[in-house]
Amino acid sequence: MAPVPYRVVAKRAETAETVTLTLAPVGAAIPEPEPGQFTMMYAFGIGEVPISVSRTRPVLEQTIRAVGAVTGALCRAEAGQVIGLRGPFGTGWGVDEARGRDLVLAAGGIGLAPLRPAILRALARRDDYGRVAVLIGARTPGDLLFEDELETWRARGAQVEVTVDRPAPGWTGHVGLITALAGSADVDPSRAAAYVCGPEIMMRLTAQALAGLGTHPGRIRVSLERSMRCGIGWCGHCQLGPLLICRDGPVVPYESAVPLMAVKEL
Amino acid sequence: MHRRGDGAAFAHTAGPQSWKPFLHRPRVKLWDADRTGEGFEVRDQAPDPPRYAFLGVRPCDLRAIAVQDRVLMGGRDVDPDYRARRQGAFIIAVNCTEPGETCFCVSMGTGPEAGPGYDLAFTELVDDDGPRYVVDIGTEAGAAVMADVPSGAAAGADVERARAEVRAAADRMGREMPALGLRDLMAENLDSPRWDDVAERCLSCGNCTMVCPTCFCTKVTDTTDLTGDHAERWQLWDSCFDLDFSHLHGGNVRASAKSRYRQWLTHKLGTWHDQFGSSGCVGCGRCVVWCPVGIDLTAEVAALRAEAP
Repeated sequence: MAPVPYRVVAKRAETAETVTLTLAPVGAAIPEPEPGQFTMMYAFGIGEVPISVSRTRPVLEQTIRAVGAVTGALCRAEAGQVIGLRGPFGTGWGVDEARGRDLVLAAGGIGLAPLRPAILRALARRDDYGRVAVLIGARTPGDLLFEDELETWRARGAQVEVTVDRPAPGWTGHVGLITALAGSADVDPSRAAAYVCGPEIMMRLTAQALAGLGTHPGRIRVSLERSMRCGIGWCGHCQLGPLLICRDGPVVPYESAVPLMAVKEL
Repeated sequence: MHRRGDGAAFAHTAGPQSWKPFLHRPRVKLWDADRTGEGFEVRDQAPDPPRYAFLGVRPCDLRAIAVQDRVLMGGRDVDPDYRARRQGAFIIAVNCTEPGETCFCVSMGTGPEAGPGYDLAFTELVDDDGPRYVVDIGTEAGAAVMADVPSGAAAGADVERARAEVRAAADRMGREMPALGLRDLMAENLDSPRWDDVAERCLSCGNCTMVCPTCFCTKVTDTTDLTGDHAERWQLWDSCFDLDFSHLHGGNVRASAKSRYRQWLTHKLGTWHDQFGSSGCVGCGRCVVWCPVGIDLTAEVAALRAEAP
């Protein structure tokens, strides 16, 4: 249960409330995470929270939105400061298993952070995959994560579509829900694997839309979120029906998530 | 509790608290850390537990220990404090011959005869001149202890009487759980109106979780001293009835008492199977005894079943 010290070597503000920290081990390192996995991040003396990994190699990056005491402290960490990590924990997207398939990666808001390692992994092995479509939804253009990278992803062979709920002056892209973008993914739905991450309602509707277009529900994965205090299956907080999200998730097949997401307050 | 005229030592039923606090402690310091020039240095808390001998472990509680073993030692990550205490424990079980009003171990398949896991198992035989014990030896450690206790080979008649008294206890359970199909009953009735009914009575006090011998949930708290340079992490028992238990940014997932009672019962009787390969209920009845408003899970399950579509 002891956190492993990591130094913040770089910090990048993504949006008004979101930062990406580049982390390097002070001494021993944790094992390299798989795309989709998370760590427990510790701010000295304040507490620990589960945060998904937003880049796995060549450096470790984690993207944090300031919503509470611990995430606030992590967002205020400056280059040079030491934080703690435990992990990596949980299930990954399974990008390696999907070799040979088309990929749809659909993100709502901060949900792009855990998908980014999957995007980078697929683009690093571009020839192993068919067509790759990245669909991104954000509240406003100012809430877009990794905005500088989107062109790079396009240049490396990904279709990247962005939609916002509320456009700002000068916005010329899509406006509306990400579900409406599902049809614009230039993939063969019948041979695609799809990874969806965002608010539960967004995941439900997007996964439904993708399944409706012909992607097999068994190849659609979503990433679930619940309170976590240990990350290793002891604390009981992250239960969602039969699942312990830290152990059986966060990435689970859409098929097993559907009935669970449908029950209020489960 | 009162002393009986016949001198019986184990005529009581399951006690107010189980053995859980000795093995899975309510408060455990996990580590402490000090700020250093560059960062901080963490010192893991090495387990250094006392060795316990538990005398009078009821079969339900013996099973409960096995259930917690699977949760805290059966996965990829093993709780070192629990393991150290568990491995050092010497267990003397006592088969049940006097079940209580709130007992239903027979329904859960955990008693009245002790299953595996004991070092020694007693069955108390009370005669006019006081109690005697038929002892089943479960381990070499148990045999070593018995070697120093005045004893002889049990007479066939005594063994037969001991077994018969335990068998008879099975017919005197105060409660009954409709055990078959519990897992499906829970999974298929998440929207039952019965949850609203129980929520009108449940105070969300968490007593049931504190006395349950298998409830294992914990939270961690991180603290510092006044200088801010010394930090500690403690693990504390937690309860799924606590509003903040399901806290996520933006609110609590289980805001209603209904959803919290449903979480407890469906986990205990249903999804525990999915997570840990067995039921989480051993039929000890403590949650029935300690509920300040008298909620009885056996009655709730019967009602759920009766109202199931």
